[in-house]
Amino acid sequence: MTAILETDHLSREVAGVRIVDEVTVTVPTGRALVVVGPSGAGKSSFLRLLNRLDEPTSGAVRFEGHDYRQIPPRELRRRVGMVTQTAYLFPGTLADNLRFGPLQQGIELPAKTIDALLSEVGLEGRSGEDVAHLSGGEAQRVSLARALANEPAVLLLDEPTSSLDAEAKDEIEKLILTVVRRNELTCVMVSHDLSQAARIADQIMVMSKGRVTKIGAVSEVINAEGVLQ
Amino acid sequence: MLKAFFNNQLALGCAQAAVAALLALAVMLLARQRKIHLERETIVALIRGIVQITAVGSILVLLLRGPAWTGIFLLAAMIGAAARISAGRAKGLPNSFYVSLYAIAAGAGSVIALMTWIGVIDTRITSLIPIGSMLIANAMNTNSLVLNRFRSEVESHTGLIETGLALGADAKQTVAPYVQNSVQAGLIPAIDSLRSLGIVWIPGLMAGMLLSGASPIYAAIYQFVTISMIFSSSGLTSLICSLLIRSSVFSPAEQLALRPGVTAAGIRHNS
Repeated sequence: MTAILETDHLSREVAGVRIVDEVTVTVPTGRALVVVGPSGAGKSSFLRLLNRLDEPTSGAVRFEGHDYRQIPPRELRRRVGMVTQTAYLFPGTLADNLRFGPLQQGIELPAKTIDALLSEVGLEGRSGEDVAHLSGGEAQRVSLARALANEPAVLLLDEPTSSLDAEAKDEIEKLILTVVRRNELTCVMVSHDLSQAARIADQIMVMSKGRVTKIGAVSEVINAEGVLQ
Repeated sequence: MLKAFFNNQLALGCAQAAVAALLALAVMLLARQRKIHLERETIVALIRGIVQITAVGSILVLLLRGPAWTGIFLLAAMIGAAARISAGRAKGLPNSFYVSLYAIAAGAGSVIALMTWIGVIDTRITSLIPIGSMLIANAMNTNSLVLNRFRSEVESHTGLIETGLALGADAKQTVAPYVQNSVQAGLIPAIDSLRSLGIVWIPGLMAGMLLSGASPIYAAIYQFVTISMIFSSSGLTSLICSLLIRSSVFSPAEQLALRPGVTAAGIRHNS
């Protein structure tokens, strides 16, 4: 299986502190890598480097075999979509939010596509609704649909369920699983919930103090009791 | 009341300055009681203000006897000082000094040059310096307001800005609404000055012209001219400032360099 995304000794140093330290990982096409670890382990910082929202101090990221610094940042970010912990929606309707990404490339998203995307995340028929009236879970669904509107090859998910209540958390997790599998998306997700990681991941990477402490298949990293081995 | 105690004009001026400073200190103490701490800033500003204006007054005495071209150097120095003061209001914003310098020089400088060339501002140094300084001072205030507002807008909308970037948006486009808000906020004092002219505010320049025997109608019209020039220079300054600053908050790879919870070097405090 080919690797769509690879990091090679990827590091980011800030004020003399390595917040991401020599991370080398390969994400095969269509697979889900879940990054776990305690707060401050560098999980979100690692994810931001993959989207090039931050610049690595050393090491490299290869996307489809190319050093990602050779790809224009806007093009890279369109191909490597991101859903953040908090769903930051632009003021306006659900449809306005879904149109945003494609519009950056000069593409006007047809109403049919908007309806299909909203239907995929369980918000069918609500394209004209103002985002100000959405619940946290609904906002996160829009955020996911908006990322999908760009037709990304890789989806980065930064603790997308951590700011939701238990019910919404379950719904969004199931939705992510469905969407990722249906679209055969490559996915890198940050989570601090081991049981969630076990349900979603093909591969789990454990981080601590910026470094990778363990990486492997779910059964190699988490034991039957759901605890890190 | 003070005039009864002082026959000498200089002594009277010193006494008037002391009373005005005491009033400012009283306001500062009142603020302190409400736990608003302006002590250091107020005292430094008062001392700086009296020293600077007295020094400039003394220099003006010499300059007024010199050729008109010396005014250009004085105006250039004023622009440099204004940029430095304004940049001090925008700590954390990258390149704030150069942004302020270019914005104030282009905004106030171009209006002064154009209006002097056309003949709206007299080339005599006694006219050029006071009017030029008014334009520069107001451009500085506008620039400070724009920088300050832009920084707080960006810091409070980091999530939306980075969401836009993550969706492949042009970096400048992601901050466009905040640039617009900043320019509007920066121009509020200049617009209010125009609106309140003659009703709420009869500026010193008009009073000075009346005292020196100018026609009241001409003095009034010239005051409108001055306030319009202030609006033009402030408007240009705010536009140039916002154009320059919107680029400077992004790295060449279109990464947001100004984020809350991030130290100057960029550490994020959550994972």
